[in-house]
Amino acid sequence: MIPAIRIAGVTKRFRSLQALAGVDLEVAQGEFFGLLGPNGAGKTTLISSLAGLARPDSGTLEVMGHDVVKAYRQARLALGVVPQELVFDPFFSVREMLRLQSGYFGIRNNDDWIDEILHHLDLTSKAAANMRMLSGGMKRRALVAQALVHRPPVIVLDEPTAGVDVELRQGLWQFIRKLNQDGHTIVLTTHYLEEAETLCGRIAMLKAGKVVALDTTANLLQRFASHTLRVSLAGTVTLPPALAAKVLAMEGKALTLGFESFDEVADLLAGVRSAGGQVVDMALGKPDMEQVFVGIMNQN
Amino acid sequence: MEGFKTLLYKECLRFWKVGFQTVLSPVLTAVLYLLIFGHVLEDHVQPFPGVSYTAFLVPGLVMMTVLQNAFANSSSSLIQSKITGNIVFVLLPPISYREFYAAYVLAAVLRGGLCGVGVLLAAQPFAALPFAEPGWIIAFTLLGGAFLASLGVIAGIWADKFDQLAAFQNFLIMPLTMLSGVFYSIHSLPVFWQGVSHFNPFFFMIDGFRYGFFGVSDVSPWTSIGVVTVCFVTLALITLQMLGRGYKLRA
Repeated sequence: MIPAIRIAGVTKRFRSLQALAGVDLEVAQGEFFGLLGPNGAGKTTLISSLAGLARPDSGTLEVMGHDVVKAYRQARLALGVVPQELVFDPFFSVREMLRLQSGYFGIRNNDDWIDEILHHLDLTSKAAANMRMLSGGMKRRALVAQALVHRPPVIVLDEPTAGVDVELRQGLWQFIRKLNQDGHTIVLTTHYLEEAETLCGRIAMLKAGKVVALDTTANLLQRFASHTLRVSLAGTVTLPPALAAKVLAMEGKALTLGFESFDEVADLLAGVRSAGGQVVDMALGKPDMEQVFVGIMNQN
Repeated sequence: MEGFKTLLYKECLRFWKVGFQTVLSPVLTAVLYLLIFGHVLEDHVQPFPGVSYTAFLVPGLVMMTVLQNAFANSSSSLIQSKITGNIVFVLLPPISYREFYAAYVLAAVLRGGLCGVGVLLAAQPFAALPFAEPGWIIAFTLLGGAFLASLGVIAGIWADKFDQLAAFQNFLIMPLTMLSGVFYSIHSLPVFWQGVSHFNPFFFMIDGFRYGFFGVSDVSPWTSIGVVTVCFVTLALITLQMLGRGYKLRA
């Protein structure tokens, strides 16, 4: 099957900044794919290159098998992009804007689908409102609606939940998940690592314009994260080397220790006690994407 | 084609929604020029034999309005979209750069033409115009409007802030239109300034356009149409080249 997205050897330089330093990536059809990385890692440049908003210096990008430069019409028809910035055209109402966007993609009389999107994004009552009158969250949903007017098989969301409240975020994810279940390929960039962990089947991590990790979410968690035991102590302690090696973080009198199996917990606590530590509080933590992210970014 | 048609429609809708500012205001400005200059100079100046000053002034003002508004439409639309960021909505769809160019230019010509018709209608009570050769009127409206619309596309893409666009408009477009023979026949100028006027493409647009009304002009309309066509085609090629490269639009 043709991959939904194929990126091969893509480089892009902005003056002295090497934004993309040879990116290779494939996203299969139907995947929910996460693209993570710190600010300036190249995520938005990569998405812009895919959407034709930026032109790579070398390499190729394809959407559903269509080269984004040579066959840009087909590639753009197959792609829906929700941009990171909260942009809107102040001249038009929500419905006008969606009709115009449909027309840009060559679709006339798209009102049935527009109504459906508005319904799913809880914007039906705002269809006639000018874009200026919408709250930030509504504008964000309107941007999602805009990306969907031409029913693209591949949808890219560039930090769609930045600055969005919890309720709206959950509503948005419910809808995006439904789209994914209906067969749409979803590519997501986000700084909320929990979101990526929960939603994405596979994740790529970018750093300084390079892919530094690419695997299924489960494998990444298994390889780079462990269960944690966080203990708060009454005073400071000096741990024996074997135990000190398991310390993931130390903040004041609180220690975070990593472990693989729950059988180890009793030994860890015993070790702390033997070293003279008096435990006043403790908490267990599951492996999470934040550990993976920090681990990988520090490794590279 | 659907993308082009929608973009054209959107660009027309954009100016139509703020018609007071984009159509009625320039018409009023032109009518004020007509009232003031017509009142002051009507009995003192006769640019062509048998043509009153007010009658002479009307086509100049009409064309000036067409040109300035064609420029204003494409340039302001583009810079607004760039600054607010919503330009992305027309860059993401499968619209070719030629369709993009054609839509912006055509919408700008339509706004210029609409403003021109407005001035012409408003001027009816003040002067009887013979409309000697309407074909020239249409040809110069379309070519002149498209020339300025292209210039507007260039300015709108080039400018990073409104101040730069205002500079383009006030230091280039305004002087070139005002000094193009809208208010006078260049034959009334000293020889040196007559020569200088021939380097101003706006002069040929105004003069040729005026020929369409009176059948008389400072230079042959064929010369004017030649100059305007060459200017438009050159500018169109430059603009298309900019758009094709994605200059300041696609990183």
